[in-house]
Amino acid sequence: MTSALAEGYTATMNRHATLSLKVNGDEREVAFAPHKTLLEVLREDLALTGTKHGCELGECGACAVLVDGRPVLSCLMLALECEGADVRTIEGMQEGAQLHPLQAAFADLGAAQCGYCTPAMLLTAKALLDDKPSATRDEIRASLSGVLCRCTGYLQIFDAVERAARILAARDREDHV
Amino acid sequence: MSDNPDKKVDEFNLVGKARRRVDARAKVTGQARFADDLVLPRMLHCKLLRSRLPHAKIKSVTTDKARAAAGVRLILTGYDTPVPYGILPVSHDEHPLCTDKVRFVGDPIAAVIADSEEEATAALDLIHVDLEPLTTISDAEEALRIPEPRIHDYGDEGNLHKKVAFDFGDVDEALRNSERVFEDVFFYEGNTHLAIEQHATLAAIDDAAGPDGRLTVWSSTQTPHYLHRALAKALELDPARVRVVAIANGGGFGGKSDPFNHEIVVAKAALMLGRPVKICLTREEVFYCHRGRHPVLMKLRTGVSLDGKIKGMELQTLLDGGAYGSYGVASTFYTGALQTVTYKVPRYRFQGCRAFTNKPPCGPKRGHGTPQPRFGLEVQLDKIATALKLDPADLRLQQLVEPRSLTANYMSVETIGLGECIRRVVDGSGFRARRSGGKLPTPGDIAPVRGLGLACSSYLSGAGLPIYWNDLPQSGVQLQLDRSGRVTAFCGATEIGQGSDDVLALCVAEILGIEIADIKVLTGDTDLTPVDLGSYSSRVTLMMGNAAIEAATRARDLVAKAVSDKMGVPVEKLRFAERRVTFIDDPARVMSWQDAVILAEAKHGTLGTTGSYKPPRSAAKYKGGGVGPTPTYSYSAAVVEVEVDPVTGWYDVIKVWIGHDIGRALNPPLTEGQVIGSVYMGLGEALMEESTFRRLPPKLSGALVHKFPSMLEYKSPSTMEMPPVEVFLVEDPDSRGPFGAKEVGQGPLLPMMPAIANAIFDAVGVRVDEVPITAEKIARALDAATKGRPARVGPTKFPAVAWPEALKIAPPWEGGDGTASNDRPKKERMARPGEVPIGDAPIIRPEVRR
Ligand code: FES
Ligand code: FES
Repeated sequence: MTSALAEGYTATMNRHATLSLKVNGDEREVAFAPHKTLLEVLREDLALTGTKHGCELGECGACAVLVDGRPVLSCLMLALECEGADVRTIEGMQEGAQLHPLQAAFADLGAAQCGYCTPAMLLTAKALLDDKPSATRDEIRASLSGVLCRCTGYLQIFDAVERAARILAARDREDHV
Repeated sequence: MSDNPDKKVDEFNLVGKARRRVDARAKVTGQARFADDLVLPRMLHCKLLRSRLPHAKIKSVTTDKARAAAGVRLILTGYDTPVPYGILPVSHDEHPLCTDKVRFVGDPIAAVIADSEEEATAALDLIHVDLEPLTTISDAEEALRIPEPRIHDYGDEGNLHKKVAFDFGDVDEALRNSERVFEDVFFYEGNTHLAIEQHATLAAIDDAAGPDGRLTVWSSTQTPHYLHRALAKALELDPARVRVVAIANGGGFGGKSDPFNHEIVVAKAALMLGRPVKICLTREEVFYCHRGRHPVLMKLRTGVSLDGKIKGMELQTLLDGGAYGSYGVASTFYTGALQTVTYKVPRYRFQGCRAFTNKPPCGPKRGHGTPQPRFGLEVQLDKIATALKLDPADLRLQQLVEPRSLTANYMSVETIGLGECIRRVVDGSGFRARRSGGKLPTPGDIAPVRGLGLACSSYLSGAGLPIYWNDLPQSGVQLQLDRSGRVTAFCGATEIGQGSDDVLALCVAEILGIEIADIKVLTGDTDLTPVDLGSYSSRVTLMMGNAAIEAATRARDLVAKAVSDKMGVPVEKLRFAERRVTFIDDPARVMSWQDAVILAEAKHGTLGTTGSYKPPRSAAKYKGGGVGPTPTYSYSAAVVEVEVDPVTGWYDVIKVWIGHDIGRALNPPLTEGQVIGSVYMGLGEALMEESTFRRLPPKLSGALVHKFPSMLEYKSPSTMEMPPVEVFLVEDPDSRGPFGAKEVGQGPLLPMMPAIANAIFDAVGVRVDEVPITAEKIARALDAATKGRPARVGPTKFPAVAWPEALKIAPPWEGGDGTASNDRPKKERMARPGEVPIGDAPIIRPEVRR
């Protein structure tokens, strides 16, 4: 990079953009350097470090969060694109002090080893089950295929998603009687 | 040492019961903190300028413009950190920033510390580096041919880092007396750990302790103790003023077990600036840190009788070490050390050679040095079975090493559950009935063919010796008992995802008869916790577990004494379970755990205990015999089923059956998780993973560059490639393990690659004597067969190496005592503390140029 370019870069960095969005159910307003990705704004400007990164190039899936209910790679999305969006991160997955059934199943079945891919796995699985409460193992496999895990070999993750699906379905049935 | 390994599971309070691990909640809620999650007030950011040439002299580094750039606070070059370091005392050949020379594309030359990562990155481009290119060495065979220029000015000769040779008995005679001798050459390509978390480090100075302050380094490291030592050495600091915190690692697999240049650089910057400095590597930089699997070329000659019994074995290995020593000397020994611990090998010859090349340094990856020769051995046994028309399972079962015996190279085998592992996977998969038989496809056949392959392996439950010579415990645990009944367990062990914190809590809770929730674990902090050498060599469960049991037993004794005095009953009659202390003969006489602790504190004063663990002495007393011994070996056997397209060679792994001799499963879902995770990583190595390099065209410098320094191109298995896995845990408690447990984090990876190669042969009759085993290679072998050439892909020659004179060690059954007849006396060759290690690179002080 030439020094002129470097100067331009610095100038851009120092300008701030502001944005209103919903994060984990709360209306938030945030000021940040406009070139920042959603990943960076979440981690650096909103202190939500539960969202991870393994490449910042759209390759590993560790940075997945839900934007309007759909999983997106937050390292590939400019924060500026999120005006008015409803963003959900791992910090917003619990139901009060209670673990979400997916979180509980991951914890009980060994689906989180180092835990680094876990936030992305959980949110992606949540989007799947919100959409398809009785997803098959093949659907689970396909929907999680964009998130790499080096520890678990994935099988206990599949088991955990299936268990959570059963628990959520039972809960749904109770709600309806 | 262990607490009643022969107990049945239902006699334990917690051992063997499926349970949520202690750190599970933090991990599923996103609360677990990793190094890059840490932020401190006034924190600065660091970026490294890395070499774009693979081998060059540094003529000058000009930093004026960068120093003046916006936001830049400090620039460091090699002369700011002139003291070399390295993980092994015999290879202190790295500098935090290169001083005189760069040795691979990615070697760091300078560091920029700035207010933001962006400003630091921008300033990198303002640093001018004048490099004078040198001849590059691209692989081990080139290193053999090209001794000059040397990549390092130490090592056995030219560009050969280390050469070793051993004869355990007269192997030539054994091979002469064998009915058949099988000779094969195999190649195992290098690959990398690819932990999802990129390495990150934060360093800060605490001014409270005086003008010099104290340095704290939080890092994604598997080995805080070794990093502590490296920081003190490289920065010339009093180690008592350095604190290393091994924060939760987002995966390690061996890739975070060296002390790294970036860790030392940010520490130096924090010391100079008095402000916190953080670095987080990009994924590309993680590929340059590497320390991954060594590419190994190997030749294996095995003499057998007609019933397939091994009479003698000769193994030669040639390792491509990359640009630095790292763990390489140990890796070299490891390519030979464990060939003897599964099947009886009456006589054994091992010759190993590690070369320096201008690529990222290789080091320890899950299995450290042993998967490569294991691949060769298990594939060759399959060939032997085919040639002698023997069943591959029977061939192995008939010659398993005996429990509690010594091998030809004096490795001491304790329990061995390998036979049971083989029987379970063979029965579970229907191996004997369902094999296809290794026939070549008939021309015109296009229907996919199934095949099954079997392979076995073994791994350490912790390296018998530490990295540097010392007579101290390998693991220490300290307990503190609070009046609330809460027990805090302190240990230097490092949680890298494998579940070591959970093992620590379990061992303490089990002995004290309390719940996991009563235990607080505090690990991996050199200021607060006793030393544990780190999360490598599958050592933590066994070593930390035994130390924890010792500490907890001492705590239980203190509490028991107080309770027995109070109740007037003998201590042996007290039972610790369900958070109570109960008089066995009259269960009505019972006291809560908390009351018992209060009683004990009143009696003894503030309560605390320690425990430590040191492995038993090894029988291998010859030089080099320090690599390979362990308190006890784990064993694994796997059957893999594949389906191969006979035209394209494309194949899918249909299912894996794996048996693992775990001794005792402490928390079964976690144990199985380690097995499945190992299977996964082995599949990745077999199917697709490879660290390969290419030359840029001459007009672009002709440099040797990493082909795939990105996760997109370095392929690793996703959910879509992962087949179902049936896990058989074989539990034969080993008296050396905590509650009988052995290792599980690495061993089950090893049989995967050879089992797949053997399954491919079973399906379509071709041999791929190379890892990875790609469709393209299978197709090439199929094509060769149709043209009447051998149905095989793989290396054909092992180059000539001038091996040193072999150490001659008679096997135990030939009157040997574990020493070599032609060894130098031990006191002559032992590098004692204070002696200059042979690989210590020179300290080049700053007066030279700036
Ligand atoms: S960080 Fe890897 S995909 Fe976003
Ligand atoms: S649990 Fe470690 S990467 Fe998935």
